[in-house]
Amino acid sequence: MKVSKKEVEHVAKLARLNLSEEEKDLYTEQFNHILDYIHRMNELDLGSIQETPYVQPSGGALRKDEARKSPPEFLKEVLEEAPEGENGFFKVPPVLE
Amino acid sequence: MELYQLTACEAGRALQKKEASAAELVAASLDRMALVESTINGFISLREERELFREAEKIQKLLDNGRQLSPLAGIPMALKDNLCTRDLPTTCGSKMLADYRPPYDAHVVDLLKGAHAIMIGKSNMDEFAMGSSTENSYFKPTLNPWDIERVPGGSSGGSAALVAAGEVFFAIGSDTGGSVRQPASLCGVVGLKPTYGLVSRYGLIAFASSLDQVGPLTRDVRDCAAVLDVIAGCDPRDSTSADRQKEHYSSYLGKEVKGFRVAFPSEQLGLGIEQYYKEVFLEGVGKLGRLGVEVEEISMPVYNYALPAYYIICPAEASSNLARYDGVQYGFRSGGEQDLLELYFKNRTEAFGPEVKRRIMLGTYALSAGYYDAYYLQASRVRTAVKQQLERIFEKYDFVVTPTSPTSAFKLGEKVDDPLTMYLNDIFTTLANLAGVPAISIPCGLANGLPVGLQLIGRHFDEGRMFQLCCALEEELGMKGVRPDIRTALEREDA
Repeated sequence: MKVSKKEVEHVAKLARLNLSEEEKDLYTEQFNHILDYIHRMNELDLGSIQETPYVQPSGGALRKDEARKSPPEFLKEVLEEAPEGENGFFKVPPVLE
Repeated sequence: MELYQLTACEAGRALQKKEASAAELVAASLDRMALVESTINGFISLREERELFREAEKIQKLLDNGRQLSPLAGIPMALKDNLCTRDLPTTCGSKMLADYRPPYDAHVVDLLKGAHAIMIGKSNMDEFAMGSSTENSYFKPTLNPWDIERVPGGSSGGSAALVAAGEVFFAIGSDTGGSVRQPASLCGVVGLKPTYGLVSRYGLIAFASSLDQVGPLTRDVRDCAAVLDVIAGCDPRDSTSADRQKEHYSSYLGKEVKGFRVAFPSEQLGLGIEQYYKEVFLEGVGKLGRLGVEVEEISMPVYNYALPAYYIICPAEASSNLARYDGVQYGFRSGGEQDLLELYFKNRTEAFGPEVKRRIMLGTYALSAGYYDAYYLQASRVRTAVKQQLERIFEKYDFVVTPTSPTSAFKLGEKVDDPLTMYLNDIFTTLANLAGVPAISIPCGLANGLPVGLQLIGRHFDEGRMFQLCCALEEELGMKGVRPDIRTALEREDA
């Protein structure tokens, strides 16, 4: 499997990244180099072995699913971190015309 | 010996015995920093000196009043800059979060504050913990105290370098594929990746959530146990946190290790390890025998496949985790965008560095339609195979011994343009993350004046016995108290 420049363009778009022509060429070359190495994992015949998406040796610590109120100053602190905000909301450019 | 050279536990004892004051320990750290930090560049941000001395005074008062405090009370330390702190910005080594100040403390920060450890500042790291040299930091590269032309390893390179250079007595890092152990190895300090779930990830900025763990970097094994005693434990704010009885790790130290069984995978010497490193490592393994530990060669065919699987799973999870950086709720905002889509593109393109972009795209590719089965699912199956092979080995053996890294510290710029070569630094370390088991790197010796690390991988939650064996091995290896001579390094630069 070879990665084409077009595929790199597509993936960059999905990831919301703009790439220059130079970057596209560089990443295409690097991805092929990296994936060539990664492909060796297909040499391994694993039969019907199950996937392991995560490892959790002992049960997780689930808390009760109860709504809790944050202190009002917490909300203020969170909003202070927003690059742009107004009246207690995050502000973004128009989504709809 | 000067104060700054003590281990954290030695410094703690000096406090208890009134041989030193908390303010003197802070001063020792600050003086050392004044001498070497402009060269080492281990910190991203620092707390104000006044504040540090005020905190030291408070702790001193408690001690003077006879209060029993934790062994870490009054000890200056550093925190990797991907752990959230209210008191200092948390940048994750990225332009994206260069001005980010979290409204909350990470769970480990709560615990360290509770233990009265004195956090001096936040340490440098590869951007979003992606890298093995700390050269991917948006701010600056950190230099290796053993040779300032070389990297300290990564991604917790700042933490490792600060501990090795004597600027702090211990540090906290995070390990997704070796990011605590590899820099520990390259800087000649002890580094532990605990069992997945042992230390809460609440407030650790997510990179690859099924692999990330928080771990200590320390000057010896005793310190490592003492730090884990403080930071381990169940936290309802992290749903992957393990709900189990708290252990006292320090109590394992000094116990007999005769009869322990250690497996040596025969495949590993063929995995690109450099000759000089190999010799020092094998000498270290030989010393296990002198302790009455049985070392046996075994075969672990899946060894060769762990790294490829890791470099699918890790970017896949990262691509999903890093989707949150959109410039809306916090972080970098470029400005002047006409619509929402442009805002996403502009902010992410301008604020992420090349390695982060590479991993996001690699992960997006591996998860995209048509490639998901061949890459992500196959990698997750290899992960199962890694887990099962380790489980089988642990039926008969207590630990697996490996080198920590294929080479000692390499030169700045040597690998940074070749991503695959950089990834190969993790060849011995990713096994433990994939299986969720604990692994530790301890200094094994010096090769051409540079530290070599030896890694032990253990069973889930077997950190106690791991410390037990490492503490005995550490004595046998004779690397305790061997520190870099930074002055020589500086003079070499002048010449």
